[in-house]
Amino acid sequence: MRGSAPPLGRLVPRRAREGERPVGVPLPLRLPALLALALIVLPVLGLFARVDPARLPTLLTGPAALTALGLSVRTALAATLLALLLGGPLAVVLARSRFPGLRFVRGCVLLPLVLPPVVGGLALLYLLGRTGPLGGPLRDWFGLSLPYTTAAVVLAQTFVAMPFLVVSLEGALRAAGTEYERVSATLGAGPWLTFRRVTLPMLLPALGSGLVLTFARALGEFGATITFAGSLRGTTRTLPLAIYTEAQADVDAAVAMSLLLVAIALLVILVARPKAVEGRG
Amino acid sequence: MNHARRGGGAVAVLTVLLSLVTGCGAGGSGQRTLTVLAAASLTESFRAIGDEFSRNNPGIDVRFNFQGSSLLAEQIRQGSGGDVFASANEEMMTKVRRADALAGQPRPFATNRLTVVVPPDNPAGVESFADLADPDTSVVVCAPRVPCGSATERVESASGVELSPVSEENDVKDVLHKVVAGEADAGLVYVTDAESAGDEVEVVDFPAADEVTNEYPIAELAASEHPELAERFVEFVRGERGREILDEYGFGAP
Repeated sequence: MRGSAPPLGRLVPRRAREGERPVGVPLPLRLPALLALALIVLPVLGLFARVDPARLPTLLTGPAALTALGLSVRTALAATLLALLLGGPLAVVLARSRFPGLRFVRGCVLLPLVLPPVVGGLALLYLLGRTGPLGGPLRDWFGLSLPYTTAAVVLAQTFVAMPFLVVSLEGALRAAGTEYERVSATLGAGPWLTFRRVTLPMLLPALGSGLVLTFARALGEFGATITFAGSLRGTTRTLPLAIYTEAQADVDAAVAMSLLLVAIALLVILVARPKAVEGRG
Repeated sequence: MNHARRGGGAVAVLTVLLSLVTGCGAGGSGQRTLTVLAAASLTESFRAIGDEFSRNNPGIDVRFNFQGSSLLAEQIRQGSGGDVFASANEEMMTKVRRADALAGQPRPFATNRLTVVVPPDNPAGVESFADLADPDTSVVVCAPRVPCGSATERVESASGVELSPVSEENDVKDVLHKVVAGEADAGLVYVTDAESAGDEVEVVDFPAADEVTNEYPIAELAASEHPELAERFVEFVRGERGREILDEYGFGAP
């Protein structure tokens, strides 16, 4: 796929060739680097040490874990799709148009990355809750009530995860420049045709990594979900929420589910190999 | 050789960091800190008790960690430290005792019972506990894993009314918040939480609630560095002034 997009081939730095001499890293950087790695890896290893291997299969196949896992995967996929349908066009608009206040809008898009998710959840609740300025009319006119529904989970996840997609797509669009799109226009193609035949193919690699990151972030979402959607098995209690609930009473079960989440996260990162994560893209 | 030196450097950095952290925790020489781990439902009453205890015992700083009893019990079992544990039910105290983490015997100091709270205008017109079973009424309760949740289950079986809540929260304060925010038609919380919310909620009393009471036990922890202070605090909570303050906040006598 990557090779089929000639315009981008020029822009992506070539990978370091095998056997190429690496640049030396100074010693004062190596020690903190080691500590940084330890800070990330040791706690996760600690999780593995905490679990009783004999109980693991029972804990992981228990109804609570399976229900939560199923709900998590479904909602995270839905949130990723929603982020693609809404966030994708937003990224194109941000990268390709000029209007006053563009910098401000771009800043707003980054807000969910910086805000604590609980704040996002409260914001959603006060907007879309039954007494909220949007939630009230929705309920009165259409009989729609979002809080406590699976749709609320998807919305909370989209709120928190969509910026990952927007940022990676917008970055790729700006890096690619408008040269090829201009050429396409001079050859007589309209904006829609140019978008489909020129812009979209250039975007595919960034789209892949952006979607993977968005999915991973949605899967791990906790704060916004529990605040906006509540917690009920099968409806709104995703894996992270189930872990929190189990940790109140049965820590072994909570740790087992945590391992499940770690495994899925590793799988997503390693198998899908998002280029943003690997630092070349 | 080189590796050994690097490892030594890392250890040195860690040692300095750790000594900074622990140095701050120890505080001044004259001031002693008592750490009390208490159920979320004790937040307001224990703050008042702590203030008065500090006034009567100069030089002692009482610090609280208010969370769900289940979470606190688990933290104690994992060796989180602390001097005193006040639980919202006996089950969680027993869990801590089985882990040999108690220094003293658990003693009851208060009782609490559940009540129904609704937003001030009572949008769903809840008049009784049975009204909560109406599918159009959105009810928020505590998760069965936490003490207020197990009390909720007992109330359900005592009254024969089965609830289908829209959400099960991990902490009684989260249930209260959903009702105060107007995002639920009703919630099951402790009488004391309803009291602390004042005019922000309306209370709907029901007979089955009286049949189910939670007894709150308190005990000194084995990890305590000031066992004598911990005992003094427990005695204060169970003494006349402690009783009066708890009464003010709506707790019953054990």
